[in-house]
Amino acid sequence: MDSFPWLTVLWAVPLAGALVTTFAPKGLLAKQVALVASLLTLAVGVVLATQFDKDGSGFQLEETHTWIKAFGVHYALGLDGLGLLLVLLTVVLVPIVLLAGWNDSPLDECKPWFAWALALEALSLAVFVATDVFLFYVVFEATLIPAYFLIGGFGRSRRGAAALKFLMFQLGGGLVLLGSVIGLYVVSAQQGSPSYLFGDVQDLDISTNAGRWLFAGFFIAFAVKAPLFPLHTWLADTTEQATPPTSVLLVCVLDKIGTFGMLRFCLGLFPEASDWATPVVVVLALISIVYGAFLAIAQDDILRLIGLTSLSHFGFITLGIFVFTTEGANGSILYMVNHGIATAALFLIAGFLIKRRGTTLMSQMGGLEKVQPVIAGLFLVAALATAGLPGLSQFVSEILVLISAFDYRWYVGAIAVTAIVLAAIYMLWAYQKMFTGPNPDSLQVEVEAGGDGVADLGRREIGVLVPLMLALVLFGFYPGPLLDVSNPFSEELLQHTGVNDDGPQVPAEASSEGGQ
Amino acid sequence: MDFTKPTIEYAQLWPMLVVFGVACVGVLVEGFVPRERRYVTQAGLAVAGLVVALAGSIYVGMDLSKLKSGGDVVARGKIAVEGTLAVDGPSIFVWSLVLVFAIAGVLLFAERRLEAGVSAFAGQAAALPGTEAERDASTRGLDHTEVYPLLMFAVGGMMLFPTANDLLTMFVALEVLSLPLYLLCGLARRRRLLSQEAALKYFLLGAFSSAFFLYGVALTYGFAGSMEFTDINEAVHNDTSNHVLLLIGMGMLAVGLLFKVGAVPFHAWTPDVYQGAPTAVTAFMAACTKIAAFGAMLRLFYVAFGADRWDWQPMLWIIAIITMLVGSILAVVQTDMKRMLAYSSVAHTGFLLTGLLGVQAASALGPDEITSLQAVLFYLATYGPAVVATFAIVTLVRDAGGEATAFSKWAGIGRRSPWVAGAFGFLLLSMAGIPLTGGFVGKWAVFEVAFAAGAWPVVVVAIIASVISVFFYVRVIRLMFFAELTAESAAVTRPSLLTSVTIAVCVLLTLLLGVVPGPVLDLAGNAGSFIR
Repeated sequence: MDSFPWLTVLWAVPLAGALVTTFAPKGLLAKQVALVASLLTLAVGVVLATQFDKDGSGFQLEETHTWIKAFGVHYALGLDGLGLLLVLLTVVLVPIVLLAGWNDSPLDECKPWFAWALALEALSLAVFVATDVFLFYVVFEATLIPAYFLIGGFGRSRRGAAALKFLMFQLGGGLVLLGSVIGLYVVSAQQGSPSYLFGDVQDLDISTNAGRWLFAGFFIAFAVKAPLFPLHTWLADTTEQATPPTSVLLVCVLDKIGTFGMLRFCLGLFPEASDWATPVVVVLALISIVYGAFLAIAQDDILRLIGLTSLSHFGFITLGIFVFTTEGANGSILYMVNHGIATAALFLIAGFLIKRRGTTLMSQMGGLEKVQPVIAGLFLVAALATAGLPGLSQFVSEILVLISAFDYRWYVGAIAVTAIVLAAIYMLWAYQKMFTGPNPDSLQVEVEAGGDGVADLGRREIGVLVPLMLALVLFGFYPGPLLDVSNPFSEELLQHTGVNDDGPQVPAEASSEGGQ
Repeated sequence: MDFTKPTIEYAQLWPMLVVFGVACVGVLVEGFVPRERRYVTQAGLAVAGLVVALAGSIYVGMDLSKLKSGGDVVARGKIAVEGTLAVDGPSIFVWSLVLVFAIAGVLLFAERRLEAGVSAFAGQAAALPGTEAERDASTRGLDHTEVYPLLMFAVGGMMLFPTANDLLTMFVALEVLSLPLYLLCGLARRRRLLSQEAALKYFLLGAFSSAFFLYGVALTYGFAGSMEFTDINEAVHNDTSNHVLLLIGMGMLAVGLLFKVGAVPFHAWTPDVYQGAPTAVTAFMAACTKIAAFGAMLRLFYVAFGADRWDWQPMLWIIAIITMLVGSILAVVQTDMKRMLAYSSVAHTGFLLTGLLGVQAASALGPDEITSLQAVLFYLATYGPAVVATFAIVTLVRDAGGEATAFSKWAGIGRRSPWVAGAFGFLLLSMAGIPLTGGFVGKWAVFEVAFAAGAWPVVVVAIIASVISVFFYVRVIRLMFFAELTAESAAVTRPSLLTSVTIAVCVLLTLLLGVVPGPVLDLAGNAGSFIR
């Protein structure tokens, strides 16, 4: 514990950045401060990655201090493989998002967006490293405040209503979780000194019945967050109204907390109840996968479409978690990272395009391929990654989840696999509607007149997308490093759940399969 | 017949006597000090008296004798004045809270910058609204400085109320705290008819509920043959006859107390009175009355009727459930800030009752588990600053007609005054129970004790009510920050240091109680249980 508190620094840097940004003078300086803070956070994240021993077990770099003694609450942080991957995803995405949203609002009104974005980053990072259930709950709920202001303050005309809907869903789920968190204290206090430390809670002797109720509270909160059918209705409304960079923060970082929580808390604390609930959860996940894909196909608004593809993908992630195999868990963890990258790319490119065309409706675009070839090309890559094309990163995770799904019950796998076809439909169709086809005459006129509406990506925008594109390709061919980090976590988790992990395959092999 | 002089424990009671003494001096000041010097004298005297009393309470509290059982301190304190008062840990805790928020109340009362040099109280309450006499009082810049002694008397009553250890003293305290409040409610400088209507409503309903209380006192005396809580407790243990008398008496006593805290179905006065009263009075009343009344209620139910909790717990289950639901649902449809806050305070009463009914036998508690008393006291500590500061901020948002409390006038004020609106939003989030605010920790505590006592249906309803209440709180935040400024929008007036300091301190307290609740929680825990 006398070592340097890296994990505290991890969330303190962006939080300090948010405060400094708030008090900085309006204008360019505030934005620059925010960007520097996010880059510093990235540096801290890299340091963490170097300090992390990927073969070690349990939590690393732990810090534990008593916080509220009467409640048995500790300020306890720790990092495991799952946490590390999500921390890295977050610290990489935030600078990209800040740069992508650099000119989204006028110079004298943009300050709050940058400050709230950093605050959201700080709290999300705290969520990923919290090892005390109460602390986790506190930061889990606290993330909603910056998110609310990001959605409500910036975006399209009906953003106020969208932000309220978002917050009501999230807080509703959060309060259900509060019930379970309190329940844990009651159980803990009955068995001696109350404590919320993850390890202590894991050692509690929770009766089957109580465990199932507590599990339900946790799961509902995470299902709202992730989101899963039928608690997903806030998702498309939110992504439609928020600015695309905000959506990236929400879908690619914040929503990961849902599936993160399922792995860490549902499986980690209530293995028996998780096993008991598996049939229901798998059905919900399958509905999400297929229904989300169909909804996406039906959309005309590109931002709604991208939001709904995530519903389908979160279905996959949940499915991978609840089939109780090491590959499934690994696949899900990889999926979280890859989905974050691919969806971020999609949202940002769509955002750039919308800014140029002044519409979000695909039916009002068309023929843009010849006018804006770079946008079209990059969008196609991101779309194909989302659709699970081999060679791009999402394929690896999707195949791992599907293998485990077939392994669990063949028909579960069969239903899930349809989503690959559906994904191809919604992504390629979107591409077709936006970029191919004859140029409308009006577009031709615009091209002749020149102007921003038909310009291709600028340097800043390409610079933002390059790291995402590289990651898509790199992790598509070489997912090894990710698997190396996630595998020890998955094995430990599955061992703890004690549910039969039949057909044990060494995931490193699976990874090389993916790479070939 | 021998007459023995009663012993009065001045060493323990002097903080309360200071408050009453200063109140009496305040009355003399009205008579003898020239008008132009009264404002400074009265306000200064009140603050000084309250600060001395607060320091005294802390001093007395540190010096309380400890009652031990099995090596652990289970309670601390002393029965005083021949058994009519109990100065123990919980009552000192309640004293301190009441005094802190009373100081905040005096500071808000003394604010004169918002009304351009006069206070928010009527120039001459006796002058009928709209008459020549009223205009005359207003042009001469008259001020009612009697509000300070009135406040002091109310504070004295609020200190006596939770300390009362027999039913008669409790009734006297109830009246002492209520009568000045009725008057204060009717003293608004603007919208005087509304204010007077509020005062009359409050008085009539309050008198009605006092009658219930008194009848309950009589019936309980009939059952137990004594007014003292200890004897009533004894009687509940031993006497199996006349159970009906006990139940009716207990119910009637509960009516009187539930009226004071504004629990459904005795809440009907709350919105009207909160809206009509001068906002500074509302702030003081909303915080301090609730704190004192819950202190008294805790003592009555835990000490006098503790052995009979199987009878009153179901009643409180129902009251708590409907209070939370009615309060939060009706708050949703309000369009006036003060009325919305009034209904939200009804909902908070429900949350507090949830903690109150979470009492269990000491043997049923885990070794380090928090007690229901601790939870309720802590909730009161978090609720006080939030409610005082929200009403204080309401006094700042004004247009030509004085305070602008209609929602439509709050549209977009966050764009013009981000700091004030931000503070208001933060306080609302605390009331909604969002983490990192005091309100969250308080909610956690009361939900936990109810849960542990097996009242999970109440907790489920409490969670549902919390979700509903988030809706109306967040709607206000949306209105302030995301709505466009309109021609109707009110402006945030710059107050004097008195109001700004009150708001700043209360906001800071709300934040501190959310981030480091440990010290206050431990204080509430160390208060120990009630002495009997």
